[in-house]
Amino acid sequence: MSETGSATAPRQASYHGNPVIKEPVWTPEIPWYFFAGGLGGGSAALAWLAERAGEEELARRAWPIALAGVGVSPVLLISDLGRPSRFLNMLRMFKVTSPMSVGSWLLAATGTAVGLAAADALTDLVPGVVGRVARPAAAALGLPLSTYTAALIAQTAVPAWHEARRELPVVFGAGAAASAGAAATIATPLRHAAAARRVALAGAAAELLSVQAMEQRLGELGEPYHTEQAGTYARVARGLTVGGALLVGALGARSRPAAIAGGAMVLAGAACERWSVFKAGLQSARDPKYTVGPQRERVDGGRGRGASRRPAAARALAAAREAVAR
Amino acid sequence: MGFFTDTSICIGCKACEVACKEWNRVPESPQGFTGDSYDNTIDLGADTWRHVAFVEQRKPIGIEAAERSLVEAASLDQLAAESGLQTYQEGDGMRWLMASDVCKHCTDAACLEVCPTGALFRTEFGTVVVQEDVCNGCGYCVPACPFGVLDKREGDGRVWKCTLCYDRLKDDKEPACAQACPTDSIQFGELEELRERAGARVEALVDAGAERAQLYLAGDDDGIGGAGAFFLLLDEPEVYGLPPDPIDTTRDLGSTWAAAGLAAVGLGAALAAAVLGGRR
Repeated sequence: MSETGSATAPRQASYHGNPVIKEPVWTPEIPWYFFAGGLGGGSAALAWLAERAGEEELARRAWPIALAGVGVSPVLLISDLGRPSRFLNMLRMFKVTSPMSVGSWLLAATGTAVGLAAADALTDLVPGVVGRVARPAAAALGLPLSTYTAALIAQTAVPAWHEARRELPVVFGAGAAASAGAAATIATPLRHAAAARRVALAGAAAELLSVQAMEQRLGELGEPYHTEQAGTYARVARGLTVGGALLVGALGARSRPAAIAGGAMVLAGAACERWSVFKAGLQSARDPKYTVGPQRERVDGGRGRGASRRPAAARALAAAREAVAR
Repeated sequence: MGFFTDTSICIGCKACEVACKEWNRVPESPQGFTGDSYDNTIDLGADTWRHVAFVEQRKPIGIEAAERSLVEAASLDQLAAESGLQTYQEGDGMRWLMASDVCKHCTDAACLEVCPTGALFRTEFGTVVVQEDVCNGCGYCVPACPFGVLDKREGDGRVWKCTLCYDRLKDDKEPACAQACPTDSIQFGELEELRERAGARVEALVDAGAERAQLYLAGDDDGIGGAGAFFLLLDEPEVYGLPPDPIDTTRDLGSTWAAAGLAAVGLGAALAAAVLGGRR
């Protein structure tokens, strides 16, 4: 029995093995949004930078990709809501303590800027001055759009997310770069896609390294990232990202089919990595050991005050017991 | 205003659960038969705003306690022989812990901080309440709560939780659960006064031999800045399914945003290097 009463509480006491915190109720739309937002935001930045570099062909393809990613995002987010008709309540206030509030405004702004920039890049409908403002704005807003989602999940009591708050934005940012580069590699003719391939390869490498570093630093709390479904997604993500990057790197400059296949693999790898992170959070919320274990260690190790206060007499008695036991 | 739940005098009658459901018109929440002692309510959630936990404990004595330490086993045997008391309760050596759990109405409430719509707000009584006409069911508060109190209601889409009977407080009435509690295990009143009473009670219990009696969330110096509902427990919090060191993650907001901001800047720099770097 887990709750036998020894003089000190057993390490992993729990209430009938029930979770202490609630598992997030977010639907599959949310990890897909992490992917779509990263793809859209990264592509907006890529498109604008390609224009700066004089890569018009690349830019003309990256803008619609950005529009697709940023455009599908609100649809995904709204369909996740319990009351979709109240989606406008998201813009009722602006709260810096709520990454979801900040993100709603950020997505609204990025969506507007990317829409105008893409329209300006592909049509003659947008006045020149609007386009000149919208393009750099879309690029600048796309960057935080790619990483704030990591802050969103880190600002929860879910152990595998909150304790990874310093690393998750890097993982998401790297995934955004990999996705944007890979999508542009797929869409762009070989001789105009050199920059896209470089972005895809750099993003893929950064993604692999940052995930590794995150798991390393998390220690025991890294466990959910490589067990159960999260582990499966992580392994598939790694395989697809490595394979796709090798394909793009080795043959991507010579063979369009290889570039398309490699790009698709890197894209799918980035999507699987988001799913791995999402599932890892759910798994760590479900098992009370990830919640209670680190908290108990904090309290016993003097790194946290804990929430319990015992009278002096009880503390003295416990100390005496310990002494006798020794 | 708030709750002091003295679990040492809880008899597990679940009158609080029933009174809460009745007064607040909380839908039924059939969970089936769990086999976990007398608890078929399982946990707090959208349709359970008071939850009575049942823990069956057996204190190891004699040879069973020797697993930990022979010396301790001998001292426990000696204690039992001298006092005539076997364990927590005479006879079978079992003890039954019962505790009525509820929303803590944290002073630093993570649910309220992360709510993007402002549906969660702090009332004039210092309690934390969801406005059902504003909540759009984004679900952010669900994993934000360090106690797992909030949840989405099936078929409704919004989150629901204890309001500390906001409507009753406005009419100078005590919350339904506190009024229904037959042993005054659930007490309602001014927090300062309740804390004083709880302090005296826990001292008395320790003096009477309940050596692990402790007050949970009774101060302002914990990870949630104090609570509007605190507890007297007879064992460690995790035994009751409560987190030993709950924290409002807003305390780490600086490092969270800094990391996201740095990653965004890094992403921009890396993209610029990869795209523009190829030109030279």
